[in-house]
Amino acid sequence: MSKLPNASHSSLIERWHMLTGSRLFWAIVMIAGLAFCMAASTYEFLDLYLQLILIYVGINIILTVSLNLINGYMGEFSVGHAGFMAVGAYVASLLTVHVFPPGAQNLLFPLAILAGGIGAALVGFLVAIPSFKTRGDYLAIVTLAFCMIVKSVLENIDAVGGPRGLLGMEKLTTLPWVFFWTALSVWVIRNLVYSNFGRGVLSIREDEIASDLMSVNTRQVKIIAFVVSSFFAGIAGGLFAHALQFINPRMFDILKSTDILIMVYLGGIASIAGSIIGAVIYTILLEVLRPLGVWRMVLMPLMLVLLMIYRPRGIMGLKEIRLFMPLRDLVTEKLWRQKKKEAPDASA
Amino acid sequence: MVYIFQQSLNALQLGSIYALIALGYTMVYGILTMINFAHGDLFMVGAFFCFLIAVYLHLSFVPTLLLSMLGVAFLGIVIERLAYKPLRNAPRVSAIITALGVGLFLENFTLALSPYPKHIPQLLENITWTIGSFSISSLQILIIVLSLVLMLILDFIVQKTKAGMAMRAISWDKTIVPLMGVSVNKIISLTFAIGTGLGGAAGVMYGLAYPVIDPYMGIMVGWKAFICAVVGGIGNIRGAMIGGFILGGVEILVAAFLPSTYRDVVAFTLLLVLLIVRPYGILGKPQPQKV
Repeated sequence: MSKLPNASHSSLIERWHMLTGSRLFWAIVMIAGLAFCMAASTYEFLDLYLQLILIYVGINIILTVSLNLINGYMGEFSVGHAGFMAVGAYVASLLTVHVFPPGAQNLLFPLAILAGGIGAALVGFLVAIPSFKTRGDYLAIVTLAFCMIVKSVLENIDAVGGPRGLLGMEKLTTLPWVFFWTALSVWVIRNLVYSNFGRGVLSIREDEIASDLMSVNTRQVKIIAFVVSSFFAGIAGGLFAHALQFINPRMFDILKSTDILIMVYLGGIASIAGSIIGAVIYTILLEVLRPLGVWRMVLMPLMLVLLMIYRPRGIMGLKEIRLFMPLRDLVTEKLWRQKKKEAPDASA
Repeated sequence: MVYIFQQSLNALQLGSIYALIALGYTMVYGILTMINFAHGDLFMVGAFFCFLIAVYLHLSFVPTLLLSMLGVAFLGIVIERLAYKPLRNAPRVSAIITALGVGLFLENFTLALSPYPKHIPQLLENITWTIGSFSISSLQILIIVLSLVLMLILDFIVQKTKAGMAMRAISWDKTIVPLMGVSVNKIISLTFAIGTGLGGAAGVMYGLAYPVIDPYMGIMVGWKAFICAVVGGIGNIRGAMIGGFILGGVEILVAAFLPSTYRDVVAFTLLLVLLIVRPYGILGKPQPQKV
């Protein structure tokens, strides 16, 4: 266990932070979470409806965290996330329905999901190329056009069911798998963001030219960010297809992208914790408000508008809870605060 | 040959509707550098106003069009005051998300009030003239001529009047213009009123041309009009008109020579190619990168 410097008076809070900073703590939390999910799906002490909601929460967390890498950390405005999701969903479903032998579906399921992710990542690579030259609103159009192209192409291929959609998937998405993939995506993206590469991503958001001059390889950073983000969108798509057991191209249109965007900005940009909070709140609120019928779809955007007016950066915008921050950053922040306390003018 | 003429006429009709909506996007963008994603839904509200006025007030075409435009323009001003004005100094993305939220609100509110698609009654007698195998209807002529007239009026307002001068000035430099005694709030309201009013007019015409309307009709048309605005160079009013006719032409031509399901694929692929070649649109100017 590593120690915080200046931790002479170890209060309860600091001990808590030392605990959460250790690898063992996270391992235990992950195993406990996985065990809980397995128990919940085997012994069904959560009923199927609750399990389904938890599955959707997990899928939405994957989508939100991965979109936040591009829209939050890199500061671009991508509206094509549903397109990547569609690619992942179709690749994974085609594998489980047509390619894999019927007996071994459960064993090969992670491979199908992985293949969906890789398929989406390849497409993400293609979308990253226009992002070298185009920025801002024009890049938004590129991603939007991409999302619509994916949808229309899928509608025109008869082998995948065309506009009717694809069915025949078994219900392979279970709570433990969703937990596993969610934890993996949060872990990967959190580590990416706080790595050297992540600094590059943040510098592109702040000033692309300056970061280019500071020898950040902006093209490489953009490609990796798009590939990683679309990879996890594809994984979420595969999980979504096998939770619902039916997909059609219209599920992945611009409205789905809007949903993900709302979750990202509700939670707040450039924040892992914000993405999780946004996805959880949005998914659960939609379920809780279900008795209102159509009016819940009137209420939700109204709440979003009010939130944006009174808290334009979302719930956790640009902030992070300490649980997700590495020790290095915590120390830097602490030293910075101390310095500011000693000489308030100098730091400003 | 006749077939091509016939299809170009259809392209002009669709293109003028796209262009009218694209104008709203581009005007708001020019003045606030904000993408008003609720604009497509204001277009939908325009069609619904047309339905309400035609069915419950039994007015003829011209008053219906004017009342719908006024109603949508008023709605546009209210939305700007309530939802966008508090966010004028907020990060740009919050304004965009608010616009998406307003759009969803309009869609779902309309859906809650009228769950079934509505049928707009025929306001004008539609006469079709046929010359050989070439046919042209009075409705088509009306839509094309009316949109062109509206665009000319808009161009006149923006280029020749004092308010238009203020609009162009604000899009040029936001900080200096208030010092010259221009009321920025009034000009922004006026821009919203004109832009959304044109969207409302487009809604009425779309409703006449394709009479079955539903609350979600604005989404696809709205995004396509947005694409037109970008193709022409966003913020550029003449660019938006050109973009509208280009997209309308491409869509109709693809539908004429290929299976119509390929329409969107080809249209959007062309858009991507265009953006890679000219990333700032046809009439847009490349933004100088300041270091």
